[in-house]
Amino acid sequence: MPPPPVIELRAIDKWFGAVHANRGVSLAIARGTITGIIGENGAGKSTLMNILYGLVEADGGQILVDGAPVRLRRPADAIAHGIGMVHQHFLLVDRLTVLENVALGAEAAPLLGRALRAARVELARLERDYGLEVDPDAPVGALPIGAQQRVEILKALYRGARVLILDEPTAVLTPQETDRLFRILRSLKAGGVTVILITHKLREIMAATDTVVVMRRGEVVAERATAATDREALAELMVGRKVRLALDKAPAVPGPPALVVERLGLRDRRGVAVLDDVDLALNAGEIVGIAGVSGNGQSELLEVLAGMRAPTAGRITIGARIITRHAPADPAEMRALGVAHVPEDRRRFGLVAPFEARESAVLGYQRRAPFSRRGWLDPAALSRHCRALMTHFDVRPPIPTVPSAGLSGGNQQKLILAREIAPAPRVLLVGQPTRGIDIGAIEFIHRRLLALRDAGCAILMVSVELDEIMALADRILVMAGGRIAGVVAGADADERRLGLMMTAS
Amino acid sequence: MAAARRRPLPIWVDAGLLPVVNVLLALSVAGLIVLAAGVDPIDAVRVMLVGAFGSEEAVGYTLYYATNFVFTGLAVALAFHAGLFNIGGEGQAYLGGLGAGLVALGFDRILPAAILIPLAVAAAAGFGAAWAAIPGYLQAYRGSHIVVTTIMFNFIAAALMVYLLVNVLIAPGSMSPESREIGAVAQLPALHVLLRGIGLTVAPSPLNLSAVWAALCCVAVWLFLWRTPRGYELRVLGHNADAARYAGIDVGRTTVLALCLSGALAGFVGVNEILGVQHRLILDFAAGYGFGGIAVALIGRNHPAGVALASILFGALYQGGAELAFDFPSITRDMVVVIQGLVILFSGALANLVRPWLEAAIAPFVRDARGVDAIAEES
Repeated sequence: MPPPPVIELRAIDKWFGAVHANRGVSLAIARGTITGIIGENGAGKSTLMNILYGLVEADGGQILVDGAPVRLRRPADAIAHGIGMVHQHFLLVDRLTVLENVALGAEAAPLLGRALRAARVELARLERDYGLEVDPDAPVGALPIGAQQRVEILKALYRGARVLILDEPTAVLTPQETDRLFRILRSLKAGGVTVILITHKLREIMAATDTVVVMRRGEVVAERATAATDREALAELMVGRKVRLALDKAPAVPGPPALVVERLGLRDRRGVAVLDDVDLALNAGEIVGIAGVSGNGQSELLEVLAGMRAPTAGRITIGARIITRHAPADPAEMRALGVAHVPEDRRRFGLVAPFEARESAVLGYQRRAPFSRRGWLDPAALSRHCRALMTHFDVRPPIPTVPSAGLSGGNQQKLILAREIAPAPRVLLVGQPTRGIDIGAIEFIHRRLLALRDAGCAILMVSVELDEIMALADRILVMAGGRIAGVVAGADADERRLGLMMTAS
Repeated sequence: MAAARRRPLPIWVDAGLLPVVNVLLALSVAGLIVLAAGVDPIDAVRVMLVGAFGSEEAVGYTLYYATNFVFTGLAVALAFHAGLFNIGGEGQAYLGGLGAGLVALGFDRILPAAILIPLAVAAAAGFGAAWAAIPGYLQAYRGSHIVVTTIMFNFIAAALMVYLLVNVLIAPGSMSPESREIGAVAQLPALHVLLRGIGLTVAPSPLNLSAVWAALCCVAVWLFLWRTPRGYELRVLGHNADAARYAGIDVGRTTVLALCLSGALAGFVGVNEILGVQHRLILDFAAGYGFGGIAVALIGRNHPAGVALASILFGALYQGGAELAFDFPSITRDMVVVIQGLVILFSGALANLVRPWLEAAIAPFVRDARGVDAIAEES
């Protein structure tokens, strides 16, 4: 008789209010394999993993570990059964060392000194066995993101995890760090650990997994051996229809410069330079992509260009207006100058969660006619405008009075993009155009951005997704340490080259 | 992902059933206290209800108290929509009364009522707004938190009024710290007087024209918040300051504007009290209304209609509570305050106590009526 699967889920059901997040999900995961779970946002993959980790309890169904039914009511239960999870957002204490973080809450002895000595021995073994090198005495806050992630993995292993769930682990990593993570996953597998990888990136599924489970609308719609499938087939399974992954893009026909940045600098409150000597020219009819590891000045560059922060050095020229430290422009003026802005963090900046969609659909333009006339807001005009945006950008449900927070991420993003494109801007600043949204919407948004470019708009796009930058940008600037570390023509870019520039400084 | 989001309850549960359940809970606990004092709770409730609504006079008093709560409740609610917790309603109401009183005392021998009363109302708004503007400015541009500064300004207002009434405005020859009576032209007519004018006879009460003004203010606040771009900007700031910055909304100016409007609304308590009822400047006429307004706004869910209803509830508690203490010697004035406190506790701080149970009770009925989330999730 073959050994029972290490994890078996039987007919898992979960409701959140009116939402049926998991519909009778059954799944068996064999020991010592790497299983990928993919699906669009809202497909139920995170819910399923949260059930397996004891964060939420299923309404129905059964969980078996090594063939025996178990009840997982809290993460401690899951850990006791050898299930560990690495969350997308790390749960680490920045000021403690790696060793202290790993031992935290799982100390092997009542006295800290002895507990840490024991932890150090175990940590050294884990690092050696799985190639998870980290300096045990470094404060976690001083480590790069990739190393922090290794600390999270070590934490789970230290607690005896034999099954490791990773939720979107590569979202914050450079290509080189991603490769390293996958090498670690393979050595974990060789050591008998079972890995479950949640992702929406098809390339990673192909590169790292043995089997892949596709979820859609709360159900498992397919289970495939990775070697026997391909990206196009998986994308189709995820979305439920044919998806064209490759964009056919006509070469750009750049026009005159729409926005010129010269020697732009920005210092934060402590006087640290977050932008240093940045030069760039945005031409009409061209998409310029900014690549870089998060936190290297891309966000600040967008904020300065959008008028949300004043530069501390250099200047920005838009038509006849020259913006400097002494003559800053606020976001309202930037909009009046024809600079539209799709913010990187749409929930934080792009809309007001409890507002009706029609109210969020005029954010930043609330004083313009026809929304406002003689000091009065016209709700009928808001509804008309919102309905038009929703129709053109296929926002669902197309109801202007739904709360903005009731729209899914992709639909929120489509609404924001529609709002910013509607006044026909000369310059569009886009941060993370497709972060956390599903393939169908990504395809739609990419086509819209290209159409806008072809209509003569100058587009500056910041993205952590290299694939996206390479697919869309006509010119790619790489930022590192607040400076422009290199420029590559879109057609000549490849991942390795960009990755090296990203870590250059 | 909808995973962690709390399902919104249907509006009639959220705005109707939940507050009623909360008030009933508070009254049941209050019933135990009344029982401990040796009074039959059913009797006590009957006395309170009759005391608050049982006669024309009772209704008049209830609505008179409610008028003050509408002003301070709207003040707290409006500031809250901008994300500001204005707990200085007490001082702003006090100063509003000073403004109205000074205009009345200064011009009641020169100006006719048609000019004097609007001027005094404007002065109440102006003084209240100015008193709130200082903490507003300090919050917006100097980083001093308004919860600290507005409460400090309550004390400053109290001290200022004592000084003015004892040393400056005291009526010549008077032993108590009160101004002289304002002239009849500056007095707001009581509603029973107005109704008599059109042939209706109702029992006299302090209820005056300010109640109509309070109702107009409810409508005006609603129009401002939901039908003007400035109100929109104020709400953006309150819900999401980052989005306000993104949208090019001047955060500092909007903060000061919100507090000025809030202070002006609180200042209208002075119109009701000084022009409508007391007809002179006295000490402590605003006592309790500023803080009561916080509870009113909480119970009224910061919506003008809710504020109006909650104000009537509080007016009834004030008026009915007074009757209770009057009728039962074993129930002291302090116990009435405890009962009012319980209503505040259950409707404010513990407002969501029964929410999970209500959600569970309601869930079977709303699951089939599929929510917006479900539709969005599947698109």
